[in-house]
Amino acid sequence: MIRLEEIDRVFEVGDQRVQALNDINLHVEPGEYLSIMGPSGSGKSTLLNVIGLLDRPTSGRYFLSGNDVTSLSEDALARTRRADIGFVFQFFHLVPRLTAAENIELPLMLEGIAPAERKPRVDEVLDALDIRDRAHHRPDQLSGGQRQRVAIARATIMKPAILLADEPTGNLDQASGKEVIDTLERLNASGITLLIVTHDQQLGDRARRYVKMVDGRIVTDQTRG
Amino acid sequence: MHPRDFIRLTGSSIIMHRLRSFLTSLGIAIGIAAVVLLTSIGEGIHQFVLAEFSQFGTNIVAINPGRVTTHGVAVGVFGTDRPLSMADADALAHIPHVRAVVPVVQGNSEVDGNNRQRRATVYGVGPDMPTAFSLTVAAGTFLPLDNPDAPRALAVLGSKVRDELFGSSNPLGSRIRVGGDRYRVIGTMESKGQVLGVDLDDSVFIPTARALDMFNREGLMEIDVLYREGASASEVVAGIKRVLTARHGKEDFTITTQEQMLDVLGNVLDILTFAVGALGSISLLVGSVGIVTIMTISVTERTGEIGLLRALGSSRQQILKLFLGEAVILGALGGIAGLVLGVGGAQMLTLAVPALPVHTPVSYVVFAVILAVVIGLIAGVMPARRAATMDPVEALRAE
Ligand SMILES: Nc1ncnc2c1ncn2[C@@H]1O[C@H](COP(=O)(O)OP(=O)(O)OP(=O)(O)O)[C@@H](O)[C@H]1O
Ligand SMILES: [Mg+2]
Repeated sequence: MIRLEEIDRVFEVGDQRVQALNDINLHVEPGEYLSIMGPSGSGKSTLLNVIGLLDRPTSGRYFLSGNDVTSLSEDALARTRRADIGFVFQFFHLVPRLTAAENIELPLMLEGIAPAERKPRVDEVLDALDIRDRAHHRPDQLSGGQRQRVAIARATIMKPAILLADEPTGNLDQASGKEVIDTLERLNASGITLLIVTHDQQLGDRARRYVKMVDGRIVTDQTRG
Repeated sequence: MHPRDFIRLTGSSIIMHRLRSFLTSLGIAIGIAAVVLLTSIGEGIHQFVLAEFSQFGTNIVAINPGRVTTHGVAVGVFGTDRPLSMADADALAHIPHVRAVVPVVQGNSEVDGNNRQRRATVYGVGPDMPTAFSLTVAAGTFLPLDNPDAPRALAVLGSKVRDELFGSSNPLGSRIRVGGDRYRVIGTMESKGQVLGVDLDDSVFIPTARALDMFNREGLMEIDVLYREGASASEVVAGIKRVLTARHGKEDFTITTQEQMLDVLGNVLDILTFAVGALGSISLLVGSVGIVTIMTISVTERTGEIGLLRALGSSRQQILKLFLGEAVILGALGGIAGLVLGVGGAQMLTLAVPALPVHTPVSYVVFAVILAVVIGLIAGVMPARRAATMDPVEALRAE
């Protein structure tokens, strides 16, 4: 599914070089559940952005479902993101002026799917994430946990193969964090490939596969029985 | 993207910042309103003047004594110019295409009749006056074809003079005095109202030769030549020139066609309309700067949203279109509001000052809205490009 070979990502700020990713080799099979941990600034977000095709590696090769995506055009990358990848962020990133349902619909809108066809698909994810009664509320009328579930609904409405979550519980209290993780794990159970970046050791320990990063390198990569 | 979604995404942003959007559009609205209102007035005056002219019929050529090289009043500068005579007028009648020739002398005089008095304009004219100037006889007849050099003392009254002197009694056949001489009333004219500031109703029409005597004039003030519909004005003018030059030995007269007069007026009004349009354009320019400013702020504020949309798989082009669309909507809203203000203002003006002619052609309306949309589009380019070229990772981190 995901295969990174000798990936480097170097940022140049002035005459300073920051090597955010340093010789990353990672191979993720479909349906895997990965947690990525590591100290602040170790390159976790950068790794997720490269995997999510938001950022291009400075060098190295990236195969997604067997295709080399390192050299794809901007538009092709956008299409691949739309179809195959879902993002969940620490700060939800909901569009404040749209209702929950409209936020969830955004990827369908971008894809150009007619409004009539969208309704059943939106209803389906609203039900799956138990936020149907909140469909017509705006984000500022929702709790943090509900917002994150709306964001997850939006990330999954296109039925992507991969779900990337960058500290999805970082902005939530214990209880709603737990709900969100349950939701993500349920999605993983039904087949989606799940990568979660987290600072929460307990959370990190739940994943079958555990990756630890330090200074842009993968220092631990273990799969638990 | 589906058009409905496009409108939802752009429209919701405009609605969310109601006040800001309103103020931004207001800049455009004021510009458009100014352009629409002022050009409406210009166009109204244009049409008004045209209508006034065509009341006289447009196939008229006026000949005045004296020579001028530019448009203006003819003045006999060297005093050697020969006056225009009745015989000159007669000679013009034989030029091809000429339908009627009216020798004109005009002055003011006391008019007595039915024991009342009034000071009125006295026109010494020929029998073809009603034909040439589209006047209608109300009762009796107009001045008959008579011996041009010794015509009978007959008079025709304008409607106002008739009302003032005779009220509701029948003036036909009565005797009046004009400038001391006795005349017999043989007809009255329909009211024509004021045309180009001339009140033909407050007038008395008498034979030209008698007016020449009364005002003690050597020659005619003007000869008006009416030519056939469809004939070429320049051909008629050439004919007049040939005949009169032959008679006078030189070109000591001035020929003015209606076309020339309309052209001059048209030019003046065009310049006015243009100046007014330029003024409006300046306010539109200011309005467009407002759109650029607000859109730039909007792009900065919504950096996170732009990053999100990119993460969700929107192309740069879609982002560009979304922000351009927003700028265009702001422009269009301003345009429509400006149109309502402008047309409304024009209507109010018509109500408040009925004398001031105001006319808004549909083409202006369409042009104004298109203009506003184009302004929005151009103003939106820079901010929208900035939004489209943002790095998605940077944009996502902004929040
Ligand atoms: N656009 C950028 N320009 C310069 N340096 C950058 C940029 N983005 C990331 N970096 C640097 O790359 C390194 C890795 O950053 P990254 O955001 O991936 O860390 P992280 O592991 O996600 O940290 P955190 O846990 O705090 O989120 C950091 O040293 C960071 O300063
Ligand atoms: Mg991070």
